[in-house]
Amino acid sequence: MNIHHHISDELLFDYANGALEEGWSLAVATHLALCPSCRKRLAAMEAAGGAIFEAIEVEPASASKEDFSWEAMRARIDNAAPVREVPAAKVVSARDGVLVPEPLRSYIGGDVDKVKWKPLGLGAYHYPIKTSDEDISVRLLRIPAGKPVPEHTHGGRELTLVLKGSFSDVSGRFGPGDFEETDETVDHQPIADPGEDCICLAVTDAPLKFKSRIVRMIQPLLGI
Amino acid sequence: MISAKVRVRKLEKTVKEPDKEELSACLLAVGARKDIQAFEVLFRHFGPKIRAFMLKRGGNRQQAEELMQETMMMIWNKAALFDPARGSVSSWIFTVARNVRIDAFRKTNRPEFDPNDPAFVPDAEPAADDVYQAGQEADRLRGALVKLPPEQADLLRLSFYEEISHSAIAERMNLPLGTVKSRIRLAFSRLREILGDAA
Repeated sequence: MNIHHHISDELLFDYANGALEEGWSLAVATHLALCPSCRKRLAAMEAAGGAIFEAIEVEPASASKEDFSWEAMRARIDNAAPVREVPAAKVVSARDGVLVPEPLRSYIGGDVDKVKWKPLGLGAYHYPIKTSDEDISVRLLRIPAGKPVPEHTHGGRELTLVLKGSFSDVSGRFGPGDFEETDETVDHQPIADPGEDCICLAVTDAPLKFKSRIVRMIQPLLGI
Repeated sequence: MISAKVRVRKLEKTVKEPDKEELSACLLAVGARKDIQAFEVLFRHFGPKIRAFMLKRGGNRQQAEELMQETMMMIWNKAALFDPARGSVSSWIFTVARNVRIDAFRKTNRPEFDPNDPAFVPDAEPAADDVYQAGQEADRLRGALVKLPPEQADLLRLSFYEEISHSAIAERMNLPLGTVKSRIRLAFSRLREILGDAA
């Protein structure tokens, strides 16, 4: 896999320190599965996290308190049900035919050929993915070859990970494994490259939700 | 049992400050054969740090104690996954504690890649002296962190301790988002330079 567009330091850092919500993390972790160089950068950040963790100043506790804590730990280990042995991490090489890596594959219940696409109009389809944050929209998009990404208005952050095919916009060409990060300050109109439909994972801040039904109804007309 | 006695004596001698090699050997021993004495060394060294790490995210002492025990239980169960070629003991333990903390406070999923997944793209063949390098890297990294400009080091410390995003830090410190981003980029490009890696 020839990846040209990677995760920014600040986004990867949020993932490394645990501050990134599930939807964004899904795009980051799926790119990481495909990209050894971003994994290396993540490892460096976690190493920094380890060094900072190691430097935590601890207020001295009484020896008896520490002993008490250790006894509680021992009791817990003695009483714990035996756990299934965790096999040591083993690396299996990529195989042809499996397109979508974990963690995304479990979220969509299989590979992209199993996805129950919903039409968006003009030949484009999407498949919404549920996560625990309602204000983050996560979905697969399938854009017909040579066509623009539909309904492309968003505020806030937008992450796109290409799974199949490619698209181009002002930032360049994005093929399988490539990761694009934009926000509302970037005026871009992605267009799928000719030749093949483009399938990607798109994560955005969800459109603002208004309480009033009338505002909700005219929201699409106002483009907000 | 003679060897166990010798071992205990050795532990007592080193109980003050076990060094990285000893901690690494202890974690490997827990992974390989559920060595309870090695685990006690890890517990007494990392337990107080994990407790403090949990307290930094909020909550009370009792909860911090519970989350520390939860983390140590996780370490006991998953020690076999520790690979010294991939990083130091403290980074491995940091990632376990981080995940326990996310579960406890945010109650959401943190999606992670799976190295055993057939669609996973593996690293290039690791070099033979990787184990040696990982230990060296931890030392160099510690040294490099101390030399970072204070505004960068403070930012990293705050984010790792309190699990806050760079945009939340910008708000908290009343800084433009662009300033926070560039501090993060500068800090990590410096650290990667130290690690001799331009990735």
